[in-house]
Amino acid sequence: MVISGRRAARTLREALPLLPFGVAVVVFLIIPTVTVLIGAVYVDGAFTLDRIAALFTGTALSALANSLLLSAISALVGAAAGAVLAWLIVSAASTSTLRRAVLALCSVLAQFGGVALAFAFLATVGLNGVLTLWVQQLTGWNLAGSGWLYSLGGLTLVYTYFQIPLMVIVFLPALEGLRSQWREAAVSLGASTWAYWRDVAVPLLTPAFLGSVLLLFANAFAAYATAAALVSQGSPIVPLLIRTALTSDVVLGQAGFAYALALEMIVVVAVVMAAYRLVVRRSDRWLS
Amino acid sequence: MTVGARWTRRVLWVGFGLFFLFPLYAMADFSTRSRDGRTVQAWANLVHDEALYDAIAASVLLAVLTVAGMLTLLVPTMIWVRLRARWARRLVEFFCLLPLTIPALVIVVGLRNVYLWVTYLLGESALTLAFVYVVVVLPFAYRALDASLSAVDLRTLTEAARSLGAGWFTATLQVVVPNIWPGMVSAAFISTAVVLGEYTIASLSGYQTLPVQIVLLGKSDGPTSVAASLATLVFGFVLLSALSLLTRRRRSTASVAR
Repeated sequence: MVISGRRAARTLREALPLLPFGVAVVVFLIIPTVTVLIGAVYVDGAFTLDRIAALFTGTALSALANSLLLSAISALVGAAAGAVLAWLIVSAASTSTLRRAVLALCSVLAQFGGVALAFAFLATVGLNGVLTLWVQQLTGWNLAGSGWLYSLGGLTLVYTYFQIPLMVIVFLPALEGLRSQWREAAVSLGASTWAYWRDVAVPLLTPAFLGSVLLLFANAFAAYATAAALVSQGSPIVPLLIRTALTSDVVLGQAGFAYALALEMIVVVAVVMAAYRLVVRRSDRWLS
Repeated sequence: MTVGARWTRRVLWVGFGLFFLFPLYAMADFSTRSRDGRTVQAWANLVHDEALYDAIAASVLLAVLTVAGMLTLLVPTMIWVRLRARWARRLVEFFCLLPLTIPALVIVVGLRNVYLWVTYLLGESALTLAFVYVVVVLPFAYRALDASLSAVDLRTLTEAARSLGAGWFTATLQVVVPNIWPGMVSAAFISTAVVLGEYTIASLSGYQTLPVQIVLLGKSDGPTSVAASLATLVFGFVLLSALSLLTRRRRSTASVAR
């Protein structure tokens, strides 16, 4: 008893300095998340599945379908193009200014762009965009016609603009993990460049590539700022439907619908991230 | 390398270059054009438009507060779990990386009750966002600090300092901090970039930070919004490029010392 009491006292003394960190995380991360989980199934203190059921009605279902489509397309296109760009960067000298500049630009666009990217595309292919005016002068064709930039197609284009750089950032370490000895070994055994890529590099990189696709998917599904800045009315995708529910839940007649939608987002992102962990565990064995 | 491969590579570089740089060029063009030639009116608005200027000031102040809060919260915690409470290290890492899995949008949906208390205790101000921003920047800051802490022999450093009579506070501030300075600088830079671009939480909580104001202005004054957007992107680029140069210099001096 005395020993365990002393041990408890020691653990307590060790844990005490962790208290400020713990409080901050609990108050500003755990409590909001738990609020969402509870708010989705408890209304006025009673358990109910009404809010969850509302997820399976017309608007919410079509928003979910659009979101999944947007995330899937932008993740696949972003991953394919991003892998090529990462390969271009790896084959440039590692100390070159070009490489540093490209990587810094990738970080900015992938992680901190937000609303600025929406305005970048408004300035390019918006109604009075630079490219729109050029094309109009040259061919008389209105590039921005029908307002496609504000639809799902436009969102996909703008999302690709931050998905490709994100792919570069997450995929570059895997490419750099390919040891030159493996290539030399393959070549000394008589493999051509093509055979090396087909039989050695691509099989090694496949898990990392799939993992990156999943990460990009989750990133696009949870993204809000760019879409919100671009689409000011209507809510074609889940994040924008959450905005509508948060800002005008009276109109919807379903106060707290935002909780259910947020829960839906947690579930989708959690499933994708769990799959990501499984895939990455495989790739870490070789490329780390 | 064959001629064909070299040309493929060049074509690809040009293609990517156009895709990524043209929108940035378009922003510069869009924000400076007028009916008859060029104007810098939109750029002058960054300082002269009162609402925009206030929003910039609020965002910069928020970034400073967030960085200060993040460093005072995270640095002692991360040192402590490496030295004394090793059992908690995985746990701290887990919580630091958790915001990557919980989208900011989810946090803001559940944040209302918490912020009722925060504004009740501290008053209504955009600066109260600093609390939740400290949590949002945790994953970025954690990685930068963790890399720096792994590069020094923390135990030996602190034991030496302690055996010379320094307390925990002095040992941390005068011995450990100077050694992990580069990590603290990168954590600060990255957090600044995150805070200056954060739109989700600020807009849905109804506070006027720079990105919120940019979107608001976009409805009436496109060129000014585009100018402010380009300014934030350029600022972020400068910040991260400086960081990359800083780490390179650090690495080269380290190899000389060896």
